[in-house]
Amino acid sequence: MSLRILAVDDSRTMRDMLNLALSHAGFTTHLANDGEHGLEVLEEMDEPDAIITDINMPRLDGFGFIDAVRSQEKYRGIPILVLTTESADTLKTKARNAGATGWIVKPFDPPKLVRALELVTG
Amino acid sequence: MSDPMAEIKASFFLECEELLEQLQDGLNRFEEGDDDPETINEVFRAVHSIKGGAGAFSLTALVDFAHIFETSMDIVRSGEKTPSADDYKTFLHASDILCDLVVASRDETEVPKERIDGSVVTLRAFLGESGVTEEEDEVDPADFQPMGVSMDLPASTGLPDLPVLGGPPAPLGFPDPSPELPPADQSQNTNDTVDPENAPVAESADGNLPSDGINTFSIRFRPDPSLFTSGNEPLHLIKVLSGLGTAKINCVCDDLPPIDKLEGEESYLSWTIELSTSQAESSVREVFDFVEDLCELVIETDAFQSEQNIAPAPSTSERPPAPISPAPTALKSVAPSSAPVAPPVPQSAPSANSTSKPAAKAGANSKPAKVGGTVRVELDRVDRLVNLVGELVINQAMLSQSVIEAGIGSDQNVAAGLDEFMQLTRDIQDSVMAIRAQPVKSLFQRMGRIIREASSAVKKDVRFVTLGEATEVDKTVIERLADPLTHMIRNAVDHGLEDSEDRLANGKSKQGTVTLSASHKSGRVLIEISDDGAGINRPVVLRKATEKGLIAEGAQLTDPEIDNLLFLPGFSTAAEISNLSGRGVGMDVVRNAITALGGRISISSESGTGTTFTISLPLTLAVQDGMVIEVAGQTLVVPLNNIIETMTLSSENLREMGPATTVVQLRDQFVPLLDLAVELGFSSPRTSYDDCVALLISPEEDSMAAVVIDKIVEQRQVVIKGLQDSYGAISGIAAATILGDGQIALILDAGDVITNASGRTREILENPQLTGVTA
Repeated sequence: MSLRILAVDDSRTMRDMLNLALSHAGFTTHLANDGEHGLEVLEEMDEPDAIITDINMPRLDGFGFIDAVRSQEKYRGIPILVLTTESADTLKTKARNAGATGWIVKPFDPPKLVRALELVTG
Repeated sequence: MSDPMAEIKASFFLECEELLEQLQDGLNRFEEGDDDPETINEVFRAVHSIKGGAGAFSLTALVDFAHIFETSMDIVRSGEKTPSADDYKTFLHASDILCDLVVASRDETEVPKERIDGSVVTLRAFLGESGVTEEEDEVDPADFQPMGVSMDLPASTGLPDLPVLGGPPAPLGFPDPSPELPPADQSQNTNDTVDPENAPVAESADGNLPSDGINTFSIRFRPDPSLFTSGNEPLHLIKVLSGLGTAKINCVCDDLPPIDKLEGEESYLSWTIELSTSQAESSVREVFDFVEDLCELVIETDAFQSEQNIAPAPSTSERPPAPISPAPTALKSVAPSSAPVAPPVPQSAPSANSTSKPAAKAGANSKPAKVGGTVRVELDRVDRLVNLVGELVINQAMLSQSVIEAGIGSDQNVAAGLDEFMQLTRDIQDSVMAIRAQPVKSLFQRMGRIIREASSAVKKDVRFVTLGEATEVDKTVIERLADPLTHMIRNAVDHGLEDSEDRLANGKSKQGTVTLSASHKSGRVLIEISDDGAGINRPVVLRKATEKGLIAEGAQLTDPEIDNLLFLPGFSTAAEISNLSGRGVGMDVVRNAITALGGRISISSESGTGTTFTISLPLTLAVQDGMVIEVAGQTLVVPLNNIIETMTLSSENLREMGPATTVVQLRDQFVPLLDLAVELGFSSPRTSYDDCVALLISPEEDSMAAVVIDKIVEQRQVVIKGLQDSYGAISGIAAATILGDGQIALILDAGDVITNASGRTREILENPQLTGVTA
């Protein structure tokens, strides 16, 4: 099963790394530069299997992005992983409140990322 | 490329350059009172992204420094502390250090520890006052361990077909592989956990549980309703859990109410799972990492009873009879099985909670704006395009020539088509040049740093003002401007500006100002470096020049002439200069660098008010407008921007100044006359210049000569073909080009010709009546 993943991050390096890790795992990856762009790509790709998003981004940040995704009926149950550099509990709580499914701590370990995606997508 | 990680790493350093630019830009705007929250957010994000990328490549020094910098920016961002003017200095300095660390990481060198520490101390002082607890500071770095990420993914984890039901998913909770740990080990384990009983003992790398046997865990898991709205699925969790070993799964339906009491969005089910696995408890817990706050979870280890516990696993018969399960919580009971067949769980329960969430922010419904599309292209490719366009220009010129030679009239279709072709060629050329053009902003920002370092080295208070940062210049020009500009900026701070005391004594503000500006003017780029210092100390310059034998004792020079002495080779006031701008590099080197770019540099200074250097540069280095001329049977091209006017000489405006020097009177001034054929060694001097054609050339401000040629052929655009690579520097020749008829013509280096002749023209320079001539 090849998962279709939407990955949103404003850092080009991070996008490159996500793309590499995910395509290496045989997933189809769509990339976006920020939350607004993410919503745009989401619409284009039509129901990805999971979303990975950064928090600190220009224009529309990760919280706003998740909010906007979850507010659409068909994306209410879509797994969303948040990419963070801190594992501080406050941030987890914030991510949780925003409606995230889980989180990945940056710098991420590719196999771990893949496992987390498999965990949330089943 | 073979190594994708190396590629990403290279791209990371490129991104760092952009981020550093964004960082300094943001800090500057913030310092100037820009209170848009997005500004400080941008600053924070820049540092944050550098840290994030650096972590992935194990660039520990960079990560550590970025971390404390980021923490400081976070404090500012959250409004916890408003930075003072000194704090901005701290931040700007920190951004310099961050820049050094990025460069050092890229070049695999090191930044002296004391430099880093110096900045860390000031940042810590900033943090300390804001009441950041020691604890927070200690905990955070531990959270963010830089880790070399290896993209050698274990093949098994990556197989697209792995996460299907039949195959055990990779065990979660495997400790992060350290860079040294060969990922192959992991893939082995992944594959071998199919049957934990027979599997080789998995090594517990974190060693928090003995893994010399099978552990049995009893897990009780009851999701909260909120689990379903978070995008998590009990099914997935149980499936992954099963993959860790042998799982006996039992669905507990005790809480399921009668059908008329069912709440659509409640959660009634729970599971008990007996898991026998070689994995450590941490691996089991990790499965529930994302949901531990969204469920009731009990994980017990039955380390000592594992043997017994496997046997009396809950069986179907022990399960309390479930009432007929209605939708939406329709369930089937789950047969306890070691096969990782997971129970079908309720389809993610619709939740009232999610609808009660605040409406999405702006942007959710409105169509997001298109992201400004940019493409990163290797410079080589652009250069190839530039070269090809050059060929196209030559080709088109040749075609035009052929059309003329074939006697095709301008009223014919061919000629009209050719005209159009010519226009298109020019448009293409302009567009290609625009690709190479870059705003001078990044260059100016680097100068900001030079100012900071220079001013702190000589203990002067300096304000740096930049204007016209958006002005675009060819990338090569920008790169090659960095060194001369650095030198001039240092000079401005070191020599141009006075000490604070002197400034105050002269009724000036304590703080000196250095202004760097860029603008476009008649097809060229003007860059000005000015200071509001004391101006050039002309008596001192004159004395020095005399001492060094650059001018004759007692020579009378005008102010501009004295100022221009600074550009003479061998003139350097370095001896009395601080160690800052000395280094033996004189303004002659600066001028040579500018000239090599096809530019001119001039100086103007007013005593007591300051000095301004003006650099005028061509927009591009690849194509030039030139005048095709003939001299002694040779065809040459003179850059059009060097030519002020053309004239026909007559004996009444020529004066003999000595055996080998003739000047031509041009309105109210005298200009040295140079015979180009002689200067370039083509032929011996002619006997009379009467009726000869001459070009008045001025490659640099205040440097002028009339060069005698045989004939002007035409004016045209020429593509510059460098000769340097094949022939080295040739005196008097800048480059070559190919003309329309396929002939190769040399492009004249007018500045060089005048400089070479300067030995003979110096006497003119020393003649007080003849102004407007310098070497």
